[in-house]
Amino acid sequence: MSLLDTVRDAAGRLTGHPEPGAVPDPLIGKPGAIGRSLPRIDGPRKVRGAARFAAEVPADGLLYAAVAYSAIARGRIAFLDTTAAERAPGVVLVMDHRNAPRLKPPALFMTKPQAAGASDLPIMQDDSIHWNGEAVAVVLAHTQEQAEHAAALVRATYEEAPATLDFEAAKRRSRHPDSVMGEKPVLEQGDAERALADAPVSVDLIFRTPRHSHAAIEPHAVTAWWEDGALVLHDATQVLNGVRWTLADMFGIAEDRVRVLSPFVGGGFGGKGSLWSHQVLAAAAAKLAGRPVRLNLSREGVFRLAGGRTPTEQRVALGAREDGTLLSLIHTGCVAMTPHNNCPEQFTFPARHLYRADAIRLEQSVADMDMLANTFMRAPGESVGTFALECALDELAEKLSLDPIELRRRLEPERDPTSGHEFSSRHLLRCFEMGAERFGWHRRAPTPGTRREGEWQIGLGVATATYPYQRMPGGAARIVLNRDGRAVVSMASHEMGMGTATAQSQAAADRLGLPVEDVTFEYGDTSLPAGTIAGGSSQTASIAAAVAAAAAVLATELLKLAGNDSPLAGLGVDEVEMRDGGIGAREQPDRHERYDSILRRAGRDELVADAKAPPPRELKRWSMHSFGAQFCEVRVSAVTGEVRVSRFLGAFDCGRILNPRTAASQFRGGIIMGLGLALTEETQFDPRSGRIMNPSLAEYHVPVHMDVPPIEVVWTEQPDPRAPLGARGIGEIGITGVGAAVANAVYNATGRRIRDLPITPDKLL
Amino acid sequence: MPILVNDRPVFVPDDARVSLLDLLRDRLELFGTKKGCNQGACGACTVLLDGERVLSCLTLAAQCEGRAVVTVEGLAADGALHPLQQAFIDHDGFQCGYCTPGQICSAIGMAAEAARGMPSVVTADLEATDILLDRDELRERMSGNLCRCGAHNGIIDAIGEVFRGPESAGGAPR
Amino acid sequence: MNPVSYVRAADAGAAVAMGAAAGTRYLGGGTNLVDLMRENVEAPSSLVDVCGLSAAIEDTPEGGLLIGGAARNSALAGHPAVRARFPLLSRAILAGASGQIRNMATVGGNILQRTRCTYFYDDAARCNKRAPGAGCDAIDGFNRIHAILGASSACVATHPSDMCVALAALDAEVMLSGPEGERRLPFEAVHRLPDGQPDRDTTLLPGELITAVRLPPLAAARRSAYRKVRDRASYAFALVSLAAAVELDAAGRLAEVRLALGGVAHKPWRARAAEAVLRGQVPDEIRLKEAAAAELAQASPLRDNGFKLVMVERLIVAVLSDLVAGNAGAAA
Repeated sequence: MSLLDTVRDAAGRLTGHPEPGAVPDPLIGKPGAIGRSLPRIDGPRKVRGAARFAAEVPADGLLYAAVAYSAIARGRIAFLDTTAAERAPGVVLVMDHRNAPRLKPPALFMTKPQAAGASDLPIMQDDSIHWNGEAVAVVLAHTQEQAEHAAALVRATYEEAPATLDFEAAKRRSRHPDSVMGEKPVLEQGDAERALADAPVSVDLIFRTPRHSHAAIEPHAVTAWWEDGALVLHDATQVLNGVRWTLADMFGIAEDRVRVLSPFVGGGFGGKGSLWSHQVLAAAAAKLAGRPVRLNLSREGVFRLAGGRTPTEQRVALGAREDGTLLSLIHTGCVAMTPHNNCPEQFTFPARHLYRADAIRLEQSVADMDMLANTFMRAPGESVGTFALECALDELAEKLSLDPIELRRRLEPERDPTSGHEFSSRHLLRCFEMGAERFGWHRRAPTPGTRREGEWQIGLGVATATYPYQRMPGGAARIVLNRDGRAVVSMASHEMGMGTATAQSQAAADRLGLPVEDVTFEYGDTSLPAGTIAGGSSQTASIAAAVAAAAAVLATELLKLAGNDSPLAGLGVDEVEMRDGGIGAREQPDRHERYDSILRRAGRDELVADAKAPPPRELKRWSMHSFGAQFCEVRVSAVTGEVRVSRFLGAFDCGRILNPRTAASQFRGGIIMGLGLALTEETQFDPRSGRIMNPSLAEYHVPVHMDVPPIEVVWTEQPDPRAPLGARGIGEIGITGVGAAVANAVYNATGRRIRDLPITPDKLL
Repeated sequence: MPILVNDRPVFVPDDARVSLLDLLRDRLELFGTKKGCNQGACGACTVLLDGERVLSCLTLAAQCEGRAVVTVEGLAADGALHPLQQAFIDHDGFQCGYCTPGQICSAIGMAAEAARGMPSVVTADLEATDILLDRDELRERMSGNLCRCGAHNGIIDAIGEVFRGPESAGGAPR
Repeated sequence: MNPVSYVRAADAGAAVAMGAAAGTRYLGGGTNLVDLMRENVEAPSSLVDVCGLSAAIEDTPEGGLLIGGAARNSALAGHPAVRARFPLLSRAILAGASGQIRNMATVGGNILQRTRCTYFYDDAARCNKRAPGAGCDAIDGFNRIHAILGASSACVATHPSDMCVALAALDAEVMLSGPEGERRLPFEAVHRLPDGQPDRDTTLLPGELITAVRLPPLAAARRSAYRKVRDRASYAFALVSLAAAVELDAAGRLAEVRLALGGVAHKPWRARAAEAVLRGQVPDEIRLKEAAAAELAQASPLRDNGFKLVMVERLIVAVLSDLVAGNAGAAA
C-alpha cells in the first residue's frame, strides 16, 4: 500500500471518503455486535401486543372515517347524494369533491427528490373518476360503525366515459415509458433477433404473471390531526419524509409544519411506500372537521385505494451454441400502467446483469389502462422477471441436455454484461454450490415425471435469485453521545418487520466502539434527521452511510473537546478510531480515552453530531448486486393437480449479514411471498368494469402455514467491499427466483411447463 | 351482565353492531388484538372466549355478555411474558408483529383443543384421542392465522417448543 | 352495517316467535352473517341469537345421531360418535374454514351459509341473488369457482359448505321450527337450485329455524372419506370436494355407495346418477369413470371452470379406489 493509499484509507475510515466505496468500510472483518443473532429489541412489545400501530393512537375527540368508493372506472359523478349519510346517526360531516379543502395534486414519485405520490392525479378535487374504486366521499362519525353505515348511504350516479380496462386490448396500443426506473426502456447490444434465428439451439417463450396484492396484515391506516395549522399524521408508511414533503406541498404549508410518525408498520412490502389518497383524505377531513380523524382502511379499501403489482406479459428468447453459451438473450414485454403513475415493473433488470451473451435485446413497454395506480411490490421487476428468465433458462438447459446449474456456470460473466462495470462482489456460483450440496440436488431425476410416491409426483427445481444493491440519497443521521458514555442514534427510518432498530443498534455499536446495550436507535418520526424510503432493499445501507458520516463528525468534535489533557492530544481525526467506548489512536492500543471521560472533563452533558450521508456514487462505479440460488422440491398430485412445496432452500450472496436471526427471517419471508406468487396469488381485475373482484383475504390467497415447509437459508458471508458495513440489502432478493424454482420443480415432477402464474391445480389437470 | 375482559367487567355496548374486536380496540383501547381484514379471513383478531379461540371481528360484543374474554394483554401478569410469548421471541416467530397477538392467542386455544383430543384434517386416525402435535398438525391447525412477513417457520417452532417440547423445534435450520 | 337490534332467544319457541317478524335473522356463530352485514349484502333490522338453543349431540334409538342446530362445528367434528360412525362428516367439517371459525360456527348456520361468488359480495356488481332481476355478472366474469351442475341463466353460484356435502351423502334430515309449526325436510330438499329465483338459497319458509339435524344410521359411513381440492393447502373454499361412503359385499361389489360433491352447484350435490351406475357393481376404474360421466352428463361448464369436470372424475376414481382398497380416508 502506498503512502497516499494509506492516507486515503485513513481518511475513509472516519471522515467519509469523497468516493463512497473506494475504501472498504473498516468495520468489515472487525469483530463486534455485527453478525450476532440478537433477538429483536422490540420483540417483547410485539408479542405483548404493546407495539402501537397507526390506527392505535388515542386522541381526544377522535372521529372515525369511512370511505365510499366509485363504481365506475372512468367518467364523472353526475349526481352525488350525501343527505342520507349526513343525517345518519353519529355523523359529523361528509366530505366529497364539493367541500374538500383545495389541494395541489401530489407530486409523483421520482419527479422531485422527496416526492412520494403513487400517482399525480388530484385527490377529491373535482367530479372526475379515474378508476373503479376511487374515493368519492369520506364520512366522519363518532364511531366506526356509524361511519361505515353512513358511507353505505352515499348515493352516486355517474356519466360513464369509455375506459381501457382490458390488458389484452391495451397491449395493442402499448408504448415505451420515458424511463424504466431511470434506465432506457430499450437496450440493444448486437442483433439479438438475428443471432437467435441463427442459433443452433433456442427457446422462444411467452410468460404471464398476474396482478398481486401486498396484503400486509395491517391495513393502511392513519390517525391525523391539526394543531395551529400544523399537521400531525400517525401513518403506516415506508416513506416518512416523502409523505411529509408531499403532504406539505399539497396543503401549501412549510415542510416543518407536517410531522409524520410511524414507529411500527404492520407489513409494507412496497404497498406502503407511497403517498396514497387515504392519507390525504384523512388529513383533509381532519382539517375540515377541526378534529382528529382515524382512517383505518377496510380490507376492501386497501384493494380499492392502494395499488399492487401490475400484470406482465414477457417474452424470453435464448439462442445458444451447443455448449450452452448464449448467442442471443432477448427479454421483452409489456405491463399494465396508467398515464398518471410511473411504475413500469422493471422485469428486464435481471437480464441486464446475470448472464453473458453475445447479443442482448431488452425492451419494456407499458399499456395504459384506467385503473388504480400500480406500484412497487417486493422486488418489483425482479420477482416476475426472474420467473420468465429462469424458467426459460431451465427449458434451454433441457434442450441442451445440461444440468441447469451447469448451464448457469457456463454463462457466468466476468464483468457486468450490459454496463461493463466491475462487479463489486459476485458469488453466484458459490450459492449454487452451497445450495446444491445442502439440498441434495444430485437426487434430481434428469428426466421429468419419473419420481413418484403414490399419487404424488416429486420434482426438484432451481433458479437464480438477484436483486440490486441500492442506497438512497438524502439521508441524515444524528448521534447524541451522553455523559455516561451511551449513544442515541437517530434517523427518520422505518421498521416494518426487518428488525431495523436491532440491526442498526448493532451496526452503530460497532461504528462507535460501544457495547450494543449502550446504543439506542431512534426512528419512525420525521422530527428526527431525514430518513430515506424503506424500499429497494436500501434502508440498511442508507442508514449505515449516514451514521458513518455522523460518527466521523462526532470523532472530530470529540478530539476538539478532548484537548491537550487527553492521551489523544495531538492526534488528527485521520489517526484515530472509535473503540472500547471511546477514541483511540490507531495501532497504539494504550492511547485511548473513554467518551464519558472526555465529556466529563469538558463539563458537557452530551455531544451531538449531525451529518448527511454522501451521495451513493458507488452505484455509478461498480455493478453492485446480490445473488442467490433457490432450490425447491414439490409434490404434485397426479389426481388433483395440487402442488405442495415440500422442501425449500435459498442460498444467498448479499454481503455481510448483520444479524443472522432477523436476516434469515427476511430471506424466508421473501421466499414465502414467492411461494404465493408461484402457486396461489392473483388479484382479479374484471376487464368489463375495471373492478377488483377479490378484495378480500378469503379470496386473495396468500400462503397459509400449511403451504409453508421448513425453509433452509444459507449465505456466502462475503462482505461487499464497496457497501457500507460490507452489507447489501436483503429484504427483496428472497422473493426473486422463487416462481421459477417452483415452476421448474413442477416441470421436473410432471413434465408440464406452466408459464402463466399462479400454478393453480386446474392448470395441471 | 357484563363481559369479563381479562378479568375486568365491561358493559355491553348499546350499539348491537359493535364487534368484540371494535369493543376491545375502539372502546377499551386494548389495541393488542389486531384488525387485519374484518372479514374472518386472517385470524389477526383471535382472542379466547371462555377459553376457546374465536375471531373477535365476527363475534358481536353483545354475544359475549356474561362470558370471559382473554386477549393478548391478559396472557401474562404485568411485566411477565407467557412462555409462548418468550418462545416467539426466541424463534423469531414474527417480523412486523401485527399478526403476532392473534397467532399467540390462537396457538393457546389450539393447544387446548389438541389436549382435549380434537382431531384435525391431517390427523390420520380420527378416533385417536392422543394427538401428537407434529409439524403438519401444527401447520394445519394454525392455518387460520395468516402471516404475510413469512415468519411461519419460527411460529411453528415456537409453538412446538412450548406445547410439545424442545425436540419438536427442529425443521427450520439456522 | 345497518343499525340492528339484538336479542338472545331462550328456546326455540321464543326464537320462532321473534323470528317471524320482517327483517329478522337468526344469528348463530355470525361467521357468515356478520361478514355479509358488514358488506351490506345482508341488512337485517333485528337479530335473534339462537346460539343458546340445543347444541346437544345425542344417539337416536335407531342408531343414528340427533344434532342440535346450535352445536358448534368443532363440537360436531370432535364428537366421538361422529368420529367413529360418521368419519366423513368429521373430515368434511375439519376440512373447512379454520379452527377459530369452527369454534364459532353452528350447524344450523353452516347449512344456511351463503355463496362465496365474488359478484354476490360486491354491491357494485350485478347479482340476481343479492338483487333479484339485476342480472348476473358472474356468468361472463371470473367464474372459475362457479357451478357446473344445475345452474341457471340467472345464477351460477355454488354453495360453499364442506359439512353440507357430507350431510347430503348421509341422507340427513333437517328439523325445522317455524311460525307454521314444526316439520322435517330431507337434507337434499333443504337447498335448492337457482332456477329463476336465485335469491332463495333454500326451501325454508320465512321465519323457519333449523333446530336439529338427524343422521340416520349408515353402516357404509364407517368406510368413508371426504376429499377437498382447493387453491391453497388449508383455509380456502373448495374448488371441488367429494364425500364418499361405501359398503362392499363379499364379492367386492358395492352393496352401498354414497357420493356427494361440493363446489359444483348451487346446493350440495348428491351424485345419485353416479351412485346408480355403481351400486351392485365392482368399482373398477372403467366403471368409476362411467359413473362420473353419468353424473356429469348434464354439466355445463363456464369459461373458467371446465377443469371441474376433470377434477370430479379424478376425485371419484381416486377416492373410491382408495376406499375400496381399504385405505384410510384422510384428506391429502
